[in-house]
Amino acid sequence: MSEKEIKNHGAEHSLSLEEIFEQRIARDEKIEPKDWMPEKYRKTHIRQISQHAHSEIVGMLPEGNWITRAPSLRRKVALLAKVQDEAGHGLYLYSACETLGISREELYEQLHTGKAKYSSIFNYPTVTWADMGAIGWLVDGAAIINQVPLCSTSYGPYARAMIRVCKEESFHQRQGYEIMITLANGSPEQKEMAQDALNRWWWPSLMMFGPTDAESVHTAQSMKWKLKRKTNDELRQQFIDQTVPQAELIGLTIPDPDLKWNEEKKGYDFGKIDWDEFWQVVKGHGPCNKERMTARVNAWEKGEWVRNAAMAYAKKQEDKKLKKAI
Amino acid sequence: MKNENKIQYIYGIADNALILGQRLSELCGHGPNLETDIAMTNMALDLLGQTRSYYQYVAQLSGDGKTEDDIAFLRIERQYKNVLLVEQPNRHFGYVITRQFFYDAFHLLLLEELQNSNDETVAAIAKKAIKEVSYHQRFSSDWIKRLGDGTEESHQKVQEAVDDLWKYTDELFHMTDDDKIAVENGVGVNTYDLREKYDQRIREVFEEATITIPETKWFQKGGKQGIHSEHMGYLLSDLQYMQRTYPNMKW
Repeated sequence: MSEKEIKNHGAEHSLSLEEIFEQRIARDEKIEPKDWMPEKYRKTHIRQISQHAHSEIVGMLPEGNWITRAPSLRRKVALLAKVQDEAGHGLYLYSACETLGISREELYEQLHTGKAKYSSIFNYPTVTWADMGAIGWLVDGAAIINQVPLCSTSYGPYARAMIRVCKEESFHQRQGYEIMITLANGSPEQKEMAQDALNRWWWPSLMMFGPTDAESVHTAQSMKWKLKRKTNDELRQQFIDQTVPQAELIGLTIPDPDLKWNEEKKGYDFGKIDWDEFWQVVKGHGPCNKERMTARVNAWEKGEWVRNAAMAYAKKQEDKKLKKAI
Repeated sequence: MKNENKIQYIYGIADNALILGQRLSELCGHGPNLETDIAMTNMALDLLGQTRSYYQYVAQLSGDGKTEDDIAFLRIERQYKNVLLVEQPNRHFGYVITRQFFYDAFHLLLLEELQNSNDETVAAIAKKAIKEVSYHQRFSSDWIKRLGDGTEESHQKVQEAVDDLWKYTDELFHMTDDDKIAVENGVGVNTYDLREKYDQRIREVFEEATITIPETKWFQKGGKQGIHSEHMGYLLSDLQYMQRTYPNMKW
């Protein structure tokens, strides 16, 4: 074969691999780490799974902020366990991401240098105890709506990690709502605290579903690979329709004067989202972007000598074993 | 044995769990890697769980309508009876591990005896906690070895922590009047009897970790009498913040 023929042959070959791959996805088969996959599929999955893992890890910080000040022992233990679950989710997701041929160190590097993103919601400050309720109820609530479809996404390790994540998230959401119920039924100060938290977290929660469909750049490809099953706007609508009655039930008011039931679409119409604020936070200028990254980088850098010690010790033990064996 | 003596005896154990749990929970989200972060949070959860069991029992014994939260959050500093060791700050990971190791070695020996207490509730709490604390001791001992016999830097750091924290270990074995009454009544443990085993355990692990035990003969005490280090007030400001700011509310 001439060089040209070989090239053509190669091109045909990789095209047919890609066709087989797309057919497998269409048949709802899982793609596993050792299977052939297009480079773009691999890269897109590294981007999305790592973004998700980073969100879990950065998401530990705003809630971690209240562990030492939780108002009762029961709440302290529950919050501690919740934040620990998030560390666990980070762990499964980083492991799933590593199956795509990238190391955890590289992933952290991307987070710390700002190359990789994480969910912008965690760049808002947690200023009262009620924020622990609002985050569980709204932020975990929104996360579940985003994540449930991922339990049947095409990449096997991601889909399996998401099944575990979703189970725990729905527990967190109930726990958060239960904090809100307690506050809403409590003293006037507690009720005010709950309403204030809802006022501050409502709009950022709606932004968690991402830009409107017209602005979203990744939607079409992600739908094809089952990384997405519904569009951003559809998911946002689902969240609003589900959450408004929960707020009403406990006597809290959604901070949107334009919110109104639309009988025709069987859903709520709602006010305009401040997309300028969304982009400001995404681009790194939210109230806590800098603090969150500083905390992560600090933990990583201050932990370096500890990780080095563990490696050195393991090597010494290994050498000792070898010597004995000889 | 009067309930008041028994309550004070239980505070001497439970307050250690509360304060060490609080210190560990400050670290959640800031560990050197995810696995260690999760493990340290687990220990915090175990200790806070034990705290709740003890305080619920105290609430029942005192019979004055106080709850576990009143006990945890609404005492003044002088009424907390934890040892000075557990309130020491998280200066770096070497301190966290050394503090944990010094406490775990004692805690496990204490619980092994406490499960034979003639107070059934205390014995049951101890029995359950033994499983948890055996794991804590394994975790902290393993890390002492890794740090001590890891790199030059880690060796120096953990030795620094040992040198600083050693002075707080003697207090673990002190007995207050309430402790002595609890021992006489078969409720409590004579901590003097644990000393030899404790020293042996520390020596074994330190030898493997190439860590030197400081030679000082000067030790610190006071926590058991409620005379704490200056760190304690700040720890309590965080711990008590909500209950102090919003009194008499349900959370």
